[in-house]
Amino acid sequence: MVTKTTTAGRFGSFGGSYVPETLKPALEELAQAYEHFSQDPAFQEEFVTYLNEYAGRPSLLYYAKRLSDRLGGAKIYLKREDLNHTGSHKINNVLGQALLAHKMGKKRVIAETGAGQHGVATATACALFGLSCEVYMGAEDVERQALNVLRMELLGAKVIAVSKGTATLKDAINEALRDWVTNVENTYYCFGTAAGPHPYPSIVRDFQSIIGKEAREQSLTIEGRLPSAVIACVGGGSNAMGIFSGFLEDEEVPLIGVEAGGDGIDQGRHAASLVAGKPGVLHGARSYLLQDEHGQVLSTHSIAAGLDYPSVGPQLAYLKEQGRATFVAINDREALDGFAMLASTEGILPALESSHAVAQAIKMAPTMRQDQFIILNLSGRGDKDVHTLAEEVGKDAR
Amino acid sequence: MLDNARGTAKIEATFEALRKEGRKAFIPFITAGDPDLRTTKELVLAMEQAGAHIIELGVPFSDPVADGPVIQAATSRALDGGTTLSSVLNLVQQLRQETDVPLVLMTYYNLLLAYGLEKFAQVGAEVGIDGVIIADLPVEEGDELRELLDPVGLALIPLVAPTSTKERLELIAEKARGFIYCVSLTGVTGERQDLPPDGEKLIQRMREVTSLPLALGFGISKPEQIPLIAQKADAVIVGSAIVKKIEENLNSKEKLLNETTDFVRQMVQALPQ
Repeated sequence: MVTKTTTAGRFGSFGGSYVPETLKPALEELAQAYEHFSQDPAFQEEFVTYLNEYAGRPSLLYYAKRLSDRLGGAKIYLKREDLNHTGSHKINNVLGQALLAHKMGKKRVIAETGAGQHGVATATACALFGLSCEVYMGAEDVERQALNVLRMELLGAKVIAVSKGTATLKDAINEALRDWVTNVENTYYCFGTAAGPHPYPSIVRDFQSIIGKEAREQSLTIEGRLPSAVIACVGGGSNAMGIFSGFLEDEEVPLIGVEAGGDGIDQGRHAASLVAGKPGVLHGARSYLLQDEHGQVLSTHSIAAGLDYPSVGPQLAYLKEQGRATFVAINDREALDGFAMLASTEGILPALESSHAVAQAIKMAPTMRQDQFIILNLSGRGDKDVHTLAEEVGKDAR
Repeated sequence: MLDNARGTAKIEATFEALRKEGRKAFIPFITAGDPDLRTTKELVLAMEQAGAHIIELGVPFSDPVADGPVIQAATSRALDGGTTLSSVLNLVQQLRQETDVPLVLMTYYNLLLAYGLEKFAQVGAEVGIDGVIIADLPVEEGDELRELLDPVGLALIPLVAPTSTKERLELIAEKARGFIYCVSLTGVTGERQDLPPDGEKLIQRMREVTSLPLALGFGISKPEQIPLIAQKADAVIVGSAIVKKIEENLNSKEKLLNETTDFVRQMVQALPQ
């Protein structure tokens, strides 16, 4: 029922390529190059070598026993993407795309970033491949993810703060697209999530699919069976598509995407496009979109910069429509509680993005049997969020 | 019942009349609702008086990725004033009591999707727009809208860019209605001091695949640039430089109307007569 491959970048009625004409030829060139290299065993071997030797794959599937015991239900396994080089799953996609840019002969790379994880990963890969790197980042995110800004700069990238609009990820993508429209002839746009115009949703999914492939094999090795649920947080959807893609054909395995509920869905300030949005077109793709009745894109809010985005990848929209995946919202407060519980029971500081998935596992595990197990994609580590967390602790203390 | 002299037919007739006289068209762009719709109405009427042959009205969208800083700022002003696609269509209806000048909307696809494509075709024809340009709707994605606009006679006017391949130019030409918007440079909207030669080359390449009128836009900011462009193109489109006049005169409506209109008149007069 769920097809992995796509025609012309469509996932049912979602996806497509809604971009200014200036960019169409570049997207076609990229699609052709990707089609060529994705079939090229030498490229794939090189990519896998970088994943293993440089990023430190495969990532562990870790049984979080103390967390599981505390909750008293299903066993919880963490897919430790936080242990990758640069601290999140973002490096998987970026190594693939930087290699692609390198093969395509592009010398200049641009990227957008929300939490800064994709920006750091891109700056890292550009240093590794000798490419120049400019990263667009919302001014609000520059402030709340200051540590990542410094990391990017130390890696030789230029960080451009975008103060337009809501000064978050959406506006960083707008500016990156404007840069690409202007410099398309010599520039590779390293898109960070499984969204945007075709072929990005497919490219990013494929480069991230290593997460799901490993997780499925590890399930079979460790538990001798498949999980009773796979949980991932969803901003644009790259870590979710990465882990879900390993289980799409296993229809008995529920896939649960966790969106940012912000202050709460009924409060209006959130970033849960699949839970509360309607289909629309933004940043090149038809997908679910948080918009007003006139089609203007709404400003979003999440404590997690990487989830603070009004749309979502088109394949996730399709999986929702098909009923293959379920989407829920976790609000800021619940995510902070999830962070605290994982920190105190397991000694792991998750990224605030991943903390949304942790919070959902905390809700679900007690309702499940002890002979069942959940895989939670721990997409990134929380070091970058200590500033935000210090503020939250301060708020509680006041 | 739709008047014969509206929509694609009206645009074609406008270009045909100019062609017979050996003249070229001037197409100003302003963002509707910048700073308010009443001013937009007065500007449209004044620009027609100043000699504009077709007028483009931008319908503001929250995320205008094809636009540079000047039109982004105009978009913000218009959105702050609550401008919507509905309110712009109402404005066109009012304008049609007073002017016959061809009016083309320029916007982004999500606004039409939210309004409803069928409803847009129907209401657009009823109120008397002539065509629409969608900055983020490339030819591959345009069939659904075009198939709704064709029966009501409205033009879906495509854009072509210096980066477009020959195959794409042919495909776009085949599906174009009214005229073709040739983007003069690789970039977003906005004034440029000097225009790259890309626009002229694009016009030449486009002539080989279509007999439709060709309008050149993006980056054109000065009356001195007009004569050279008008040698090659059938129409000159100017947006940001006009919007800049509005921005510079937000504190005085009278000055805003006068300066903007004077600038449009200078542009029109710079066309070869």
